[in-house]
Amino acid sequence: MIHGMHKSLTIDELELVANDIRQDIIRMLEHAGSGHVAGPLGQADIFTALYFDVMKHDPKNPDWEERDILVQSNGHTVPVRYAAMARAGYFDRAELMTLRQLGSRLQGHPERTKLPGLETTSGPLGEGLSQGCGMALAMRMDQQHHRWVYVTTGDGELNEGNNWEAIMLAGKYKLSNLIAIVDRNNIQIDGPTEVVMPLEDLKAKWEAFGWHVLEIDGNNLEAVIDACAMARAIVEKPVCIIAHTIPGKGVDFMENDFHWHGYFVQTPEGPELKKVAKEALHELRTLQGKIRSEHE
Amino acid sequence: MSDIHLITNILADDIKMEANRAGFGRGLIEAAKRNPNVVGACADLTDSTKMNGFAEMFPDRFIEIGIGEQNLVTVGSGMAAMGKIPFVASYAAFSPGRCWEQIRTTICLNDRPVKIVGAHAGVSVGPDGATHQMLEDIALMRALPNMVVLAPCDSVEAEKMTLAMAADKRPNYIRLAREATPVITTEHTPFHIGKAYVFKEGADVTIIATGTMTYQALVAADKLAKDGINAEIIHVPTIKPLDGLTITESAKKTGAVVTVEEAQIAGGLGGAVAELLAEECPTPMKRIGMRDRFGESGKPDELVKHFGLDSLHIAMAVHGLLDRKH
Repeated sequence: MIHGMHKSLTIDELELVANDIRQDIIRMLEHAGSGHVAGPLGQADIFTALYFDVMKHDPKNPDWEERDILVQSNGHTVPVRYAAMARAGYFDRAELMTLRQLGSRLQGHPERTKLPGLETTSGPLGEGLSQGCGMALAMRMDQQHHRWVYVTTGDGELNEGNNWEAIMLAGKYKLSNLIAIVDRNNIQIDGPTEVVMPLEDLKAKWEAFGWHVLEIDGNNLEAVIDACAMARAIVEKPVCIIAHTIPGKGVDFMENDFHWHGYFVQTPEGPELKKVAKEALHELRTLQGKIRSEHE
Repeated sequence: MSDIHLITNILADDIKMEANRAGFGRGLIEAAKRNPNVVGACADLTDSTKMNGFAEMFPDRFIEIGIGEQNLVTVGSGMAAMGKIPFVASYAAFSPGRCWEQIRTTICLNDRPVKIVGAHAGVSVGPDGATHQMLEDIALMRALPNMVVLAPCDSVEAEKMTLAMAADKRPNYIRLAREATPVITTEHTPFHIGKAYVFKEGADVTIIATGTMTYQALVAADKLAKDGINAEIIHVPTIKPLDGLTITESAKKTGAVVTVEEAQIAGGLGGAVAELLAEECPTPMKRIGMRDRFGESGKPDELVKHFGLDSLHIAMAVHGLLDRKH
């Protein structure tokens, strides 16, 4: 929960925030002309839950010593984080339109030294969990028992061996202050995860390394919030939340199509890109045609 | 030089021998006593990297990572993020050898003060052979923005260096050797990160050495003196940032420079000095070190001679350079 906020948002209110974040993602990527789109849209609910309910943090004091830590191992999906941070009050939403531009604090992949509130620099995959382990170990050494480290990872990223070194270490040290959230959207750049490099039985793999595993619908805000609460309550093991998400969630023609994992620029340049963005925004504003009126 | 305070007789037969990694081990314990944020992690080589003393004294501040160097340095980054000063140790062949990209992204670009300890560097690792004789670590670490690259000449300097690393806010790499080598400095010998030291003044040629090769350079200077050549010896414990002023001043004075390292000269100390002098003070040079080849099994002193890194070969190289120059 944002430090200083007196009441939690309802699930309905959170869903509106998630929708706003999705629209910001489309606008940012259209403006930038490149960047990953499916992952950020799919994780909008997770990041809304983290920034507006789950995590203890203070947008006005990003270095607040009691804050929870969020490591985004899947740094290529950073537009969702930027959009959530702007909505939470870390910086003005207008700055979102500087994404990927020269001199911007909003680098194509997150750089800690550029933007307060980012806890680390990421993008090269498979490195977030190890950093999360280091953070959790340091917190334990300092007896900071009321802080948690959340690490989001992609699923394709679990191909990286570095992850499994970290997963083994967290199991060994029973890092119950470490919570991994896997964005299980089943796609990676070269195709479906189970074709590129099968991950299943993913739950059994984490469990075999000494983790407690929760499987949820990662596009259900209530489920994300509940799972994080349960993860914090489990004291004897690190917890992995396998969050099943729909890549491109909210934009019908992007959902579940691995071609949208990659770059906006894979679509034709110019008017075509604008058209795609316009259609996507229309879908988000009308909740995929479920409501008629469209508000800017 | 009078203010350098080396031992009195470098050539003594009974010179004290100790591996510089032992000095690291002592320095780490002292650093940990002074600062509770100093922590350690090791990848299943705790005894041979000499992190064992620290691990025994401060078990709650030591993390056994197991055999996983990518995890080792990246866990270090995470600990540094929470205000710790992590020393992460393995053999140089594996860290930074295995985990360069993790160091690049999560330590250097991320600007976290992780202290990477690479033990058993160089051909003097001996019988283990080329797989374990790390020669490219200087080049790998030198190329990274924000990284400080260090190589102590002996155990006494290694101890001071370790304390200085704990106080330094930047990412650091320290290169250590397996073998016992002569202890040539004393507790009064100065050490600061970023400084090169003139260990012996001379006028005819400058020999610039790093790590345990500095001893070989000093012995070579004695041989050269017998041939009427007065060599200046500069010890470079900090390869990056390089002390350009000390080196260019000496190069201007002597007009001939030989570099010595137990590493690939491409990208190593030789590369660094050549880059500096080419831009600032073009000077005839000879680089001694590994020339685009790997090591092999053998006895440490045998290998140092075989690859032309000992004092005799240094003296010969100086003669060759001076002949070429005149």
